[in-house]
Amino acid sequence: MLRTENLSRPWLEPVSIRLPEGRIGVVMGRSGSGKTLLARAIVDLDPNEGEVWWKDVRRSAVSAPEWRRMVGYVPAESGWWADRVGEHFDGGGGDVPALLEAVAMPADALEWPVSRLSSGERQRLALARALARRPEVLILDEPTSALDEATKESVEALLLRKREEGMTLLVITHDPGQAERLGDLFWRIEKGRVEAVS
Amino acid sequence: MTAQASYIALSYWDVAASALFLFVAGVLTVVLKLGMARSLAITAARMVAQLLAIGFVLKFIFSATNGWVTLAAATVMMTFAAREVLNRQERQLAGWWRFGLGPSAMILTGAIALIYALTLLLQPDPWFSPRYALPLFGMILGNSMNGVSLGLNEITRAIVREKAAIEARLLLGMTRWEALRPFAARALRTGMTPIMNAMAASGVISLPGMMTGQILSGVPPVEAVKYQLMIMFLIGGVVGLGVLAAVFASIARLTDCRHRLRPDRLAE
Repeated sequence: MLRTENLSRPWLEPVSIRLPEGRIGVVMGRSGSGKTLLARAIVDLDPNEGEVWWKDVRRSAVSAPEWRRMVGYVPAESGWWADRVGEHFDGGGGDVPALLEAVAMPADALEWPVSRLSSGERQRLALARALARRPEVLILDEPTSALDEATKESVEALLLRKREEGMTLLVITHDPGQAERLGDLFWRIEKGRVEAVS
Repeated sequence: MTAQASYIALSYWDVAASALFLFVAGVLTVVLKLGMARSLAITAARMVAQLLAIGFVLKFIFSATNGWVTLAAATVMMTFAAREVLNRQERQLAGWWRFGLGPSAMILTGAIALIYALTLLLQPDPWFSPRYALPLFGMILGNSMNGVSLGLNEITRAIVREKAAIEARLLLGMTRWEALRPFAARALRTGMTPIMNAMAASGVISLPGMMTGQILSGVPPVEAVKYQLMIMFLIGGVVGLGVLAAVFASIARLTDCRHRLRPDRLAE
C-alpha cells in the first residue's frame, strides 16, 4: 500500500491517503488546485512535512534516489537533457522497443533529435522512459493531456495492463471520462485540500 | 638581476610621443564627425591617471617591504575581484552565501597558489616581498576572477533554466551529483575556456604580455619563457581548482540532502 501520513507543504493541507497495491488511484481537480504539488511532495521533490510509506518502507528511512526508483513520477511536462531521444534511455534497462510500441511510438524514435518531438510525443516518451526503470509505483500528472483520441486510448490500455501486472498507479487528471475508465479509487483536490470521493 | 644593464629607460617625453597615433586617430574622428573624440580623450586621460597613481602606490609599497602593507594591498585587490565576481552573476545566491561561495573559492585557491609560488618556487627575501607577491597575485586573481564568475554563472543559470531536465534525472533515481554532472561539466568548460585559449595561443598567436615586458626590459628570452610557464601553470591550476570549488559548492548549496533542487536559495 502507498500511504501518506499528514503529508503537507505550503499550499497543500495535510494529506493522508491510502492506495492499495496493484490499484489505480485517480486525483481530480482544477488547474491550480494543488495536484502537482501533491505529486511532487510524494516523490520528495520539494521540501515537505509528514511521512510516506510504500509497503513497509518509510520514505525518511531510505535515500531520496532509492525512494524515487521505487516511486516514480512523470510530470505533465518532462525535461530532456540530451540531444537524442535514445540517450535518455541509457542505463535504464527494461524492454525499450516494446515500451515504445506500447506508447504508439516507432522503434526508430530513439534516433530522433529531441528538438523535433511534438508535445504529445514528448509525453509518451517520458512515460516510456519512466516505465523502463520499472518503478513499483508510478505517479502520472495529466498523462494524456497532449494526445489525440487514438493515442490516448493506447496509453490508457498500457496503464491498465501495468495494473494487471501489479503496478500501483496514481493518475492526476482533470478528464472525468479518463478518471472513470482508469480509476479504482478517487480523490478530489480543491485549494490544496484533498478529499476522498466514494 | 643582471639584466638591468640592457634596460632602456623611457622619459615622460617618450611616453607622450607614443600617444601620437592615438591623437591622430582622435583628430580623424573629429574631422569625420564620428563623435568619439570626447570619450576617447576621457578614456586615455583616465588610463594615465590610474596608471600613474598605481605607479606611485607601488613605489611606496615596494619601498616599505612590510608584510602588513603587502597584505593590505592584496586585500584591496581581493575586494575588487570579489565585487567583480558578484557583479557578473545573473542570479546570486541569497544571503551571505553570495560572498561566501564564488569569491571564497577564488581567493582561497589564489592565496594558496601564491604562497606556494613565493615560498617554494621564487623564494624572494622576504618571501612576501611586494615586488613579487603583488604582480603575481594580480595575474592569478584576474584570471581566476574571470573563470570563477563564468563557471558560477553557468551553473546557477542551468539550475534555474534547466530545472525540468535536472528534475527528470532526479526522478529516474539519480543522486544530485549524478543528475547535475552534465551541467557541472559544461560550467567547468565555460570557466576554463579563456585560460585554455590563452595557453593554446601563447607563443604561436600572441606573446604573453608579461613575457613581452620582461624581454623589453632586457631579460633573456628563455628566462622570460620560464617565468611565463610558471605563471601559466599557476594560473591554469588556480582557475581549474577555483572553478571546480565554486561549481561544486554551488551545487551543494542549490540542492539539499534529499536530492532536491533548491532554486529558492537564489536571491530574487
